[in-house]
Amino acid sequence: MTEERTVAGQSVYRRDLYEKVTGAATYTVDVVPGGCLHAKILRSSYAHAEIRSINVESALKADGVVAVLTSDSLAGLFPRFGHIVPDHCILAIDKVRYYGEPVAMVIAENQLAAADALELIEVDYAELPALMDSDAALAADAPLIHEERYQSSGDESFSAMAATPDDSSELPPRNNIAHDHVLEWGDVDAAMAGAALVLEERVHYPMLYAYAMEPYNAVAQFSEGSLRVTSTAQHPYMVRTDLARILSLPLAQVRVEVPYLGGGYGSKSYTKVEPLAAVGAWATGRPVKLVLDVEEAIYTTRADSADVWVRSGFDADGRILAREFDLVLDSGAYADNSPLVLAKAVNRCFGPYRVPNLRARGRAVYTNTSPASSYRGFGAPLGALAGETNLDRAAAELGIDPVEIRLRNLVNHGEEILPGKRGLDADLKADIQLIQASLARDASQAAGTGIGYGLTASDAGAFPVSTAMVRMQTDGSVVVLSGSTEMGQGSRSVLAQLVAEELGVGMNVVSVVQSDTGAGSYERTTGASRTTTLVGLAVQRACDDARARIATMAAEVYDCAAEDFEPAPGGVLRPGGEMVGFGEIIMRWFGAEAGEVTGIGLVRRDGVTKQMPPFWEVGVVGVEVGVDLDTGVVSVEQLVTVADVGFAMNPRAVEGQDLGAATQGLGGALFEELIYDGPQLVNPNVVEYRVPRMGDLPKKIDTMIVERGDGVGPYGAKGAGEGALNPMGAAVASAVARAVGRWPTRLPLTPERVWRLANDLPESD
Amino acid sequence: MVSAMSEQVESLSTIKARVNDVEVARTVPSRTTLAQFLRDDLGLTGTKVSCELQVCGVCSVLVDGKPVSACTYLAADIDGHRVETVEGLSKDGVLHPLQAAFVENFALQCGFCTPGFLMMAKSLLARNPDPDEAEIKEYLDGNICRCTGYEPIVHAVQDAARRMQQESA
Repeated sequence: MTEERTVAGQSVYRRDLYEKVTGAATYTVDVVPGGCLHAKILRSSYAHAEIRSINVESALKADGVVAVLTSDSLAGLFPRFGHIVPDHCILAIDKVRYYGEPVAMVIAENQLAAADALELIEVDYAELPALMDSDAALAADAPLIHEERYQSSGDESFSAMAATPDDSSELPPRNNIAHDHVLEWGDVDAAMAGAALVLEERVHYPMLYAYAMEPYNAVAQFSEGSLRVTSTAQHPYMVRTDLARILSLPLAQVRVEVPYLGGGYGSKSYTKVEPLAAVGAWATGRPVKLVLDVEEAIYTTRADSADVWVRSGFDADGRILAREFDLVLDSGAYADNSPLVLAKAVNRCFGPYRVPNLRARGRAVYTNTSPASSYRGFGAPLGALAGETNLDRAAAELGIDPVEIRLRNLVNHGEEILPGKRGLDADLKADIQLIQASLARDASQAAGTGIGYGLTASDAGAFPVSTAMVRMQTDGSVVVLSGSTEMGQGSRSVLAQLVAEELGVGMNVVSVVQSDTGAGSYERTTGASRTTTLVGLAVQRACDDARARIATMAAEVYDCAAEDFEPAPGGVLRPGGEMVGFGEIIMRWFGAEAGEVTGIGLVRRDGVTKQMPPFWEVGVVGVEVGVDLDTGVVSVEQLVTVADVGFAMNPRAVEGQDLGAATQGLGGALFEELIYDGPQLVNPNVVEYRVPRMGDLPKKIDTMIVERGDGVGPYGAKGAGEGALNPMGAAVASAVARAVGRWPTRLPLTPERVWRLANDLPESD
Repeated sequence: MVSAMSEQVESLSTIKARVNDVEVARTVPSRTTLAQFLRDDLGLTGTKVSCELQVCGVCSVLVDGKPVSACTYLAADIDGHRVETVEGLSKDGVLHPLQAAFVENFALQCGFCTPGFLMMAKSLLARNPDPDEAEIKEYLDGNICRCTGYEPIVHAVQDAARRMQQESA
């Protein structure tokens, strides 16, 4: 095959966009089977309370109501879910652990009837002390949020989190820590003692909400011992495992399908509302649809907030001698994916720097707040806010330029960041200088402006388990099966591009079918920016497998050896040079104008993906802000990003991912924060939880792509889509510090906080 | 919220309206929103719902050419009026210039907000066929997109304005 690529690497128009601009695209919320019932959820009105009794009699009698379920209705089922620890009740059992927790579910002929009947349910609560933040939950005399211990169901690394019943003698004392994680090497204390400068600080990363615009929803059907669910799930195969356990079904009898997602950004990872819809269908024997509103979605999953303490020792030239971190994540009432977010936050907090001595400790803490889980960036932004601003403060103390101090400490291409792990597959020294040059071109010298840089490296790609199938049709067209979810990032188009390139066919004859556990191909997750790299490898291998099968068939048809055929675009070359299309070989082999050949591609921890992580996803950003010193309003004068992606399968799609990630990062830096005041949030809505709007667009945007072919994915590709978010909070904090002369210790940098900083007042009152 | 609905008679409204150039007539509960009416009664699911508080712009449709938030607009209020939704934009299988410009400028990713942006942008270009960047930002500031970072949407609207002016020239 020729090395010149004709489709991969081109900014072809994404084909899913045509369906989306006409309104024809189907999202989960649009799927309503005939005869469908509708569910509404009665939610807890306390943060922590014992449930004494629930009376559903009046609700059951209301017009149009078919069933009212409480945890008592789930007898015979496994009543909880959770992929790491199954601590999450489908409907609250005995007590509620956060305001907004599902307590009862009304299922009715229509949404209005279901909503009306909610008010007829009477719940008698006995209030318990509520632990509304991690300080309260970690107090020595704090009551337990989870009295039970759960059998860990996650990866081996989480087995320490939960005890099995037969090793009770070795159980650690109970507390409210959902997971802890320590990373250390060297002799931190000795290195600190010899440092020319030791700087420490404590910062707070805010509680965020991903705000995928389509709220969580699902529809379930249960009949003849099989369950079928359509839902807003990024990881349908992970959801399938939870559902199979709940209903004691074989995996093969649980079909989870995911159409287009209205945004995900990590927030639709893992199981959310699917168990509720599933038990509704199980109880009624009819399809049940459950659609949350945005307030319910916020209470279903938010992102972890964090208190982060950092201390770093430097030599007189600004070289890092040692770093210490202590991260405490407020993970809410249920673990969900917070243990993994915590582990990643610890792995990523100290930055892509040479740190000869490190001690990093993290704890994910249960509190009586809404459950936290994955959000784009996955722990990286939390530690980066502390680590990067700490580095910038050291640069200021030592009189070193912020880019120069980074250049002195950054690891080189190929050098290890985590001992024993894959070396860095990116050139951050070159990348940060691209940022510096772009910012310098347009930098303002005016008072009240400041520049900030941010760098992160994330061990990305998650655990490499991917499969793909490539089904060759008699007319030369191709159906591609993948379990990776199209959630807006453009994988449907990218995978089609890859197949068109590999098989030498037009993109118009490639159709990609994704995320159907009953009729697709397995994929562990759609997260950690893995799709182009890992699913891409699986698809590439499936194309190779299909070609090999075709060659074997051609050998039989033309009575020669498989090796006698040369690959050609859309088919093979016979020894004489005659080109025969894939479809013709398939038809000749089957002896009919019919048939199909399936190539299979598998990826596991082996070969190029043996060493973890599969790739590093770096974040390389710079901003220039302007601060109105009278009002504290921050404007973003320049936003500059580098996407160090190895190979950009679709460059404009990569730019879109980077600008989208950077914009969400700016949201967390300047506007976004969920605020608890007492047992409930004061701003569980899009009016008071303000996300970036069009009027907030930075005045200059420069999204650069560098391609060095240094990833393990197809043509040297690595993942994209999270990087630009991760260091954004840190970069904005440093830029604002340089504009106003004081270092912020928390985000978001709202006008009031910035005005207080500029006027030497406490950051908050 | 009305409590104990079972003891009350649901109030009904009869609606006759012109939706995407088609005459429709339905009788629905009076509390039905325009979004519910379009999606559930007419099967026009292109119009999406998100915030339900008139601040995200996802559900924007045009009533007599003016944008409204279908999530909080009562279906009964379109009686006798003309409604345009995203499904009405393309004609005979040909994309509206705004739709083509959104695709070609990568102005959407997940696409959930796109119907609302398209309808608002159509309304903008009807009032102002040649808006500058500041006018686009001001007019579309009430529409949230969580994927793109907005810049490609600005470019798409400018691109569509050029295409429409060329078409009408």
